[in-house]
Amino acid sequence: MSFFRRHGPLLLQAAILAAIALAVGLLVQHTFATLRSRGVHAGFDFLRDAAGFEISEGWLDFDSTQPFWRAFLAGLVNTVRAAVPATVIAVLLGTLLGIGRLTRHSLVRGLASLYVQTLRNVPLLVQLLLLYFALTHLLPDPENAVQILPGVSLGKAGLAMPWPVHGEAGWSLEYPERTLFGVTGGAVLSPEYLSITLALGLYTASFVAEIVRAGIESVGSGQVLAARAMGLSPYQVMRLVVLPQAMRLIVPALTSQVLSLVKNSSLAVAIGYPELVSIANTSLNATGRPFECIAVVMAVYLSLSLLISLGMNIYNRRVALRGWA
Amino acid sequence: MTIKIKHAALAAVAMAAAVLSTPVLAGKTLDTVKQRGTVKCGVTTGLAGFSAPDAKGHWSGLDADTCRAVAAAVLGDGDKVEYVPLNAQQRFAALQAGEVDILARNTTWNLTRDASLGFHFTTITYYDGQGFLVAKKFKVTSARQLKGATVCTQSGTTNEKNVADWSRAQNIPVKTLVFESFEASYKAFFAGRCQAFTTDASALAALRNKEAPNPDDYLVLPELISKEPLAPLVRRGDDEWFAIVKWVPNALIEAEEVGITQANIDSLKTSSKDPAQMRLLGTGDDMGKLLGLPRDWSYKAVKAVGNYGEMFERNVGARSELKLPRGVNRLWNQGGLMYALPVR
Repeated sequence: MSFFRRHGPLLLQAAILAAIALAVGLLVQHTFATLRSRGVHAGFDFLRDAAGFEISEGWLDFDSTQPFWRAFLAGLVNTVRAAVPATVIAVLLGTLLGIGRLTRHSLVRGLASLYVQTLRNVPLLVQLLLLYFALTHLLPDPENAVQILPGVSLGKAGLAMPWPVHGEAGWSLEYPERTLFGVTGGAVLSPEYLSITLALGLYTASFVAEIVRAGIESVGSGQVLAARAMGLSPYQVMRLVVLPQAMRLIVPALTSQVLSLVKNSSLAVAIGYPELVSIANTSLNATGRPFECIAVVMAVYLSLSLLISLGMNIYNRRVALRGWA
Repeated sequence: MTIKIKHAALAAVAMAAAVLSTPVLAGKTLDTVKQRGTVKCGVTTGLAGFSAPDAKGHWSGLDADTCRAVAAAVLGDGDKVEYVPLNAQQRFAALQAGEVDILARNTTWNLTRDASLGFHFTTITYYDGQGFLVAKKFKVTSARQLKGATVCTQSGTTNEKNVADWSRAQNIPVKTLVFESFEASYKAFFAGRCQAFTTDASALAALRNKEAPNPDDYLVLPELISKEPLAPLVRRGDDEWFAIVKWVPNALIEAEEVGITQANIDSLKTSSKDPAQMRLLGTGDDMGKLLGLPRDWSYKAVKAVGNYGEMFERNVGARSELKLPRGVNRLWNQGGLMYALPVR
């Protein structure tokens, strides 16, 4: 009796876990059995087959003879390629806006509020499409791209710029060259990439701004007055007194924003940026294996999110108040 | 608390039991269709000539007519079709899951799809091929001159793979930009983001004539880089339904062959003494009962949409906005590939 009293809850939890695992296992098995009985090929073996499609841009070299798993990897790399700069934009701009919403200058405060209220309340997909159609409609055709700086041009094909390449004569700058259809060589940031990065960064910044504002406001005004009375400048007050305490509130909330940002990057599929979901969609159709492709996408996003959470938690432990949390 | 957890455990077990006992969905699409009173037909989200809704929500096009013909044959009324618009990525899952009874969505019949998706393609209703649409200002007259161009297309199509194969085989590097929706892909092309657009030639004609800001600024290049036989498809495991969706288009083609049209069908029904015509008109040998359909199934189908030739001209041919030549889609005895299996 005392054994059950002591271990009962634990046993029950183990039993529930086992039941859930069993249910999921049966569901998966049943699904695959049904698919097979209807003549649908299922399984992950396709990941080693040649993909047969091309990917328009990215850091990872890819061509159609390479296997599907490498296409997925290229998609993941492209997701990261958009999410990292977008996070930087979101955090920097968001912090400025958050502080801006609390300044005494009414113009700055008004503009910051306008920004936050507008971008926070319009769906990201709408902003993304708007930005993309603006870029592709308003910019000049690729063959008439405008020169901004020597070698740097902007057109419908994107932002082209010189890029260092390693050749036989060592490192050299490769300049983009005009062709019939636009430019070749150098480095090109496509309108798709610019749109998704900017849209993600600008949109998330509005949420970061609110988090930063809430964090700052959580620090008692008495502390600010006390710090001022001790002769600290407003900048010092912010850096030494307010922000270290505000960070305790900001970092956990910021973590979810970064997670949202990474997951929102999947909207890029609407504008033709070849990130993970776009690659999965293409693969899904090339192979006719929706379950497998979606499972890969889920696993990758889950791992990516857990990794980000881990990193943010480590950082959070550093800024958290010792002995409290 | 413990009680709640017990409930949760019970729920989990119940769920597992439900999962186990779900029967494998099989067979009897015909019964379902009759009971429901409509044929559920997976179509495009809007592609002129094949399946596109008008302002009143009435669908027209070659694929939409295939659905109407099946509904007429099975239910006696061509209007009893429920159109389900699907994009390229959704289409196969929708058919696999039983969301639609037929997928008539300009879908190419190839080995991978035939052998691995759990479907049967029924009868080819249009022989297509993939081509390129370009802006005339580039003064390009052949696909071979597309080296270095950016080509827009829709993801989840055979087009995407074909262009990769072609570019590799011909050593003409192009950059492919793929969009999830057909609309987004051609809008990017007309905005000037891409220099070329690739899809089946029939759809290129539809785009040029219906969507281009000024059709005369665009040109369909002469090369076709692939074979795209388009056919409706059904789920495996229901041979009865498969036979119906296979024979309805055959009857439409045969009707053209033996000279039955929407206009003369009623007078022929009373006057025809030609056994081939009579079988299709439902006045000769009963062909319907073998398919589990009424005797006049093919009469109803032709009455609803006309014979294949009429269907073609109305939707994609001379009498449509697409103005596509009949080409290889002529009847076999007129030099084309349309060869109906004999309805007898």
